[in-house]
Amino acid sequence: MSERRLRHGRVELALSRLRAGAGVERPLLLLHELGGSAPEAVPPAVAGWGGEVWALDFTGHGRSSIPAGGGYSAEICMADADVALAELGAATVVGWGLGAYAALLIAGARPSLVKGAILCDGRGIEGGGPQGGDMLLRPAFDRSGPPDPFVLAELASDARPPGYAQLFARQAVHLAGIADPIAVVAAARPSWLVEILSHPGVVLSTADAALRRFAAA
Amino acid sequence: MSEIVALDEATRHGAFPGALAPERRRSVESHGVRLAVVEWGSAASPPLLLAHGGSDFARTFDVFAPLLAAAGYRVVSWDHRGHGDSDSAALYSWEADVRDALAVLEATSKEPLPLVGHSKGAGLLLDLALFFPQRVTRLVSLDGLPSTRRRSRRDLSKEERVAGRAEMLERWLDHRRRAHDVKRRPGTIEELARRRGEMNPRLPFEWLCYLVTAGARQDADGWRWKLDPALRMGGFGPWRPGWILEQLPTLEVPMLGLVSRIVEPMGWGSASTELQPYLAPSSIVEDIEDLGHFLHIEAPERIARRVLEFLGEPGQARPARGGP
Repeated sequence: MSERRLRHGRVELALSRLRAGAGVERPLLLLHELGGSAPEAVPPAVAGWGGEVWALDFTGHGRSSIPAGGGYSAEICMADADVALAELGAATVVGWGLGAYAALLIAGARPSLVKGAILCDGRGIEGGGPQGGDMLLRPAFDRSGPPDPFVLAELASDARPPGYAQLFARQAVHLAGIADPIAVVAAARPSWLVEILSHPGVVLSTADAALRRFAAA
Repeated sequence: MSEIVALDEATRHGAFPGALAPERRRSVESHGVRLAVVEWGSAASPPLLLAHGGSDFARTFDVFAPLLAAAGYRVVSWDHRGHGDSDSAALYSWEADVRDALAVLEATSKEPLPLVGHSKGAGLLLDLALFFPQRVTRLVSLDGLPSTRRRSRRDLSKEERVAGRAEMLERWLDHRRRAHDVKRRPGTIEELARRRGEMNPRLPFEWLCYLVTAGARQDADGWRWKLDPALRMGGFGPWRPGWILEQLPTLEVPMLGLVSRIVEPMGWGSASTELQPYLAPSSIVEDIEDLGHFLHIEAPERIARRVLEFLGEPGQARPARGGP
């Protein structure tokens, strides 16, 4: 595993290469769940990808830096992912929980660089059950992080208006230049996921089928 | 001659009728972010918390705050994170600004006190009044209440909307990519005042020049606003002004809202008739027909008089709390 340090404003992000590529030129970028971090090895769910596999630590998570005084939003996670895309070039993106939400946002906001987004179950932005697992308790006894207690507290309750996620799905579908650019692998149905599933171009899939389809796109 | 004028620029613009620099300065730490706090009036007087709007400074109150101080208040204000003499932060959000406001409140008084805010500052203080009603006697919102009307984009085709949104999102992401090395554009005091005048068209040029001397710093290549260049006005995000309206019916703290009826770039375009259905029984909203968004700068004496009338005698206890 090799790590690159990237600047995002006053934050330093860790971007790790989990595996060198063979066959598929385009890299796969992994975005972790709320409170998580980049895995140390390629997760079994995406082992079928033929190219390089990279994983990002969001701001306040893993080996990325922890800023003072909080102020997190899902949009900052989206911008973290964009900083990784500036380094890697066009990529297929896989996200879990908060990472799935960030994957949808970046697919809509940088459609030229996201060649397919795969959305999987995980904690954050309503994923991980209605209580969000232990996230609400962790700030109380995990004061230094990572993960930053502020990111757990702030992104466990990040308010989103109805229709917001669908705007990003629409952008991705109209501008990505590939068919059905959003693949939903998740079994859970947070409200934003229910909302985008009715949008043409957002499809249910298995991880393997989505990886094969996006590798060929 | 021109050299003499240049040397004298700060002195020439460093005064404005009625403006008084704060009498005391201190700093408050909010979870690792240092906030610059200023005060007008006797340190022994009952405190009042004053909050500025977006892209503004505590010293935007250099004329208004002394009027409240003269009525017997210790007027306390602070520069929001990334603004004025406060630290720039890595991240900015509404919640973080509310936490910062709470840190200043905590460091100012354990007793309930009145809150007065302008624009974004009024919104932040509204949240404090909603979350901690026991810490607040009364709340004044100076053109800080939203409009219920949505800006119509029905004249655009779907393709135009998608293209427009794509451009906006890419511009925001491009800004984030280079946020670590962007700098504000330098200029003379008058150039900065003219630029700000485009967003604040009703304010006197002399006032804007004065504000530069308080809200900007002088570098070797010119003056720059003390606003973190990583901050970006406008753009997009999940926040909706209507969320403020939905909170208003639960407000226990008596509120006076003054809303400007003059449409201008930084205004909300709200009106008392629209807000009325959302108001708690102890809230009052009044239309100000002849003043713009910066009503306390356009007519400081008149606005201060109305605010002081609503607040009553300094140090007055909080009215008895009833249900919303």
